[in-house]
Amino acid sequence: MKRYSVFAIAREALRHHTGWERAWASPLPKKSYDVIVVGAGGHGLATAYYLGKNFGITNVAVIEKGWLGGGNTGRNTTIIRSNYLQDPSAAIYEKARSLYETLSQELNYNVMFSPRGLLMLAQTHHEVRGYLRTVHANTLQGVVTEWIGPEQVKKLVPIINIDGPRYPVLGALYQARGGTARHDAVAWGYARACSEMGMHIIQQCEVKGVTQENGVVTGVETTKGHIGTKKLAIVVAGHSGQVAEMAGFRLPVEAVALQALVSEPIKPCMDVVVMANTVHGYMSQSDKGEMVIGGGTDSFNNYTQRGSFHHIEETLRALIETFPMISRLKMLRQWGGIVDMTGDRSPILSKTPLGNCFINCGWGTGGFKAIPGSGWAMAELVATGQPGPLTAAFGMERFREGRFIDESVAAGVAH
Amino acid sequence: MLILECPYCGVKAEETELSPGYEAHLKRYGPGASDDEFESYMFARKNPKGVHFERWRHVYGCGKWFLAARCTATLEVFGTYPAQTSAPPPDLIEAIKAKRPGWEGYK
Ligand SMILES: Cc1cc2nc3c(=O)[nH]c(=O)nc-3n(C[C@H](O)[C@H](O)[C@H](O)COP(=O)(O)OP(=O)(O)OC[C@H]3O[C@@H](n4cnc5c(N)ncnc54)[C@H](O)[C@@H]3O)c2cc1C
Ligand SMILES: [Zn+2]
Repeated sequence: MKRYSVFAIAREALRHHTGWERAWASPLPKKSYDVIVVGAGGHGLATAYYLGKNFGITNVAVIEKGWLGGGNTGRNTTIIRSNYLQDPSAAIYEKARSLYETLSQELNYNVMFSPRGLLMLAQTHHEVRGYLRTVHANTLQGVVTEWIGPEQVKKLVPIINIDGPRYPVLGALYQARGGTARHDAVAWGYARACSEMGMHIIQQCEVKGVTQENGVVTGVETTKGHIGTKKLAIVVAGHSGQVAEMAGFRLPVEAVALQALVSEPIKPCMDVVVMANTVHGYMSQSDKGEMVIGGGTDSFNNYTQRGSFHHIEETLRALIETFPMISRLKMLRQWGGIVDMTGDRSPILSKTPLGNCFINCGWGTGGFKAIPGSGWAMAELVATGQPGPLTAAFGMERFREGRFIDESVAAGVAH
Repeated sequence: MLILECPYCGVKAEETELSPGYEAHLKRYGPGASDDEFESYMFARKNPKGVHFERWRHVYGCGKWFLAARCTATLEVFGTYPAQTSAPPPDLIEAIKAKRPGWEGYK
């Protein structure tokens, strides 16, 4: 595979861009692999990548029912941050955020990581106390965040209205190295690097069943026939309940719709990411100039990738008070994704009741930011068969044991 | 927009008048139950892509909890029924089977 570089661009410019190679191969499935990853979203592809990179395991297939990156990875609003409250969360999200810093170089693929700064607005006194607590927790965890007052917020975000009256801005939790990245590029970059290592990315191939012998996984039934494997990693986000059922166990997960929308493109007006958790809305401006807006989740089980319309209205109604200038913006597109919600709003990276079968799910409304760290940690779990330091707290047994990693209080919003 | 008929007051309510309560007919376990039993009640969920039996509350109406059978893949509502039962009514099951011949049935 040819590397991307400034010289490659110059070379291709001179020959009318006829020399670009395909970024990844589309092979037919082999009879069997050492590891099969189900789901070619960011988390599945990153799991495969670090299996190869950190453990030298490259006889790997990533099996995807649609196209790679077509699930939540290609549907999210790309917020990256690590200002969580609990120690296990801070560890894995900060691992991910720091990997994002150099991911473009690592993958030789521009993921457009933009650490432009992220503000979580405090709009009630309860939030002020909550975020002060988070800042203290982050300090102990080595995550760099700070509390800033309303005047500083106004300085960073000139288009904001801090006066209320319904939702005055009382300050914000600020993470200067939080930001965004290009979601598709994260999936494509990992896919290209996996393909380069000789891994098979098999698209348009749905897993329909999991085969086992004596309580140990032996392979998967797919729309392209049976494929054998020594180890199986299930990384299918919204469809986790379905694939877990094939493998014979149930999860503490419900699938619900989360939606987002973008406006018509406008001139640059906001160069940070702003989250307003009280009103369940958050906003950033894309490189194309669109205002990217995310809202709340529906709270009933849903696989339609369409959310309820009233959530859009609620989100925009509230955001208009804080950002009066968006009231005249036309909204261009709206879409939904199916997110996998756990009770404590923390993910599951875990062994399962089926031998040599592992699961990574429950990232819910906030897993894009975690992709590199999650893949790193999941690869370790799959390769060694044992949870490592990043995954130990995230086993699914934590529910029956009452060891929740409660982030629902800290971050009670979709992001 | 999701519309469910409240089986108590007969109002056809759209979702902003209702509050969802997830899976119905959970078998409850309390003190003295095994860890497995308690986990099955408290956490393990069917979360199916297809026919789902679930709880709803007519929160901005009569305030009562009721149950609904709904398809999570199409949002089609098969029917609603009062909550004072531990299993879906047989005629509702038959109606769903007629519409969804491949459905494995209520388990
Ligand atoms: C509207 C919206 C906004 C969001 N905003 C943010 C944000 O700002 N910041 C943030 O950090 N997170 C955000 N998220 C959450 C984030 O998108 C997800 O947590 C993350 O993308 C999950 O990645 P994944 O790889 O686990 O899942 P996915 O990208 O969904 O990948 C799973 C893949 O598995 C495949 N699959 C499923 N079943 C099968 C099967 N049987 N056989 C084969 N393949 C199968 C699917 O087709 C899919 O491609 C948002 C989500 C949504 C929906
Ligand atoms: Zn009623």
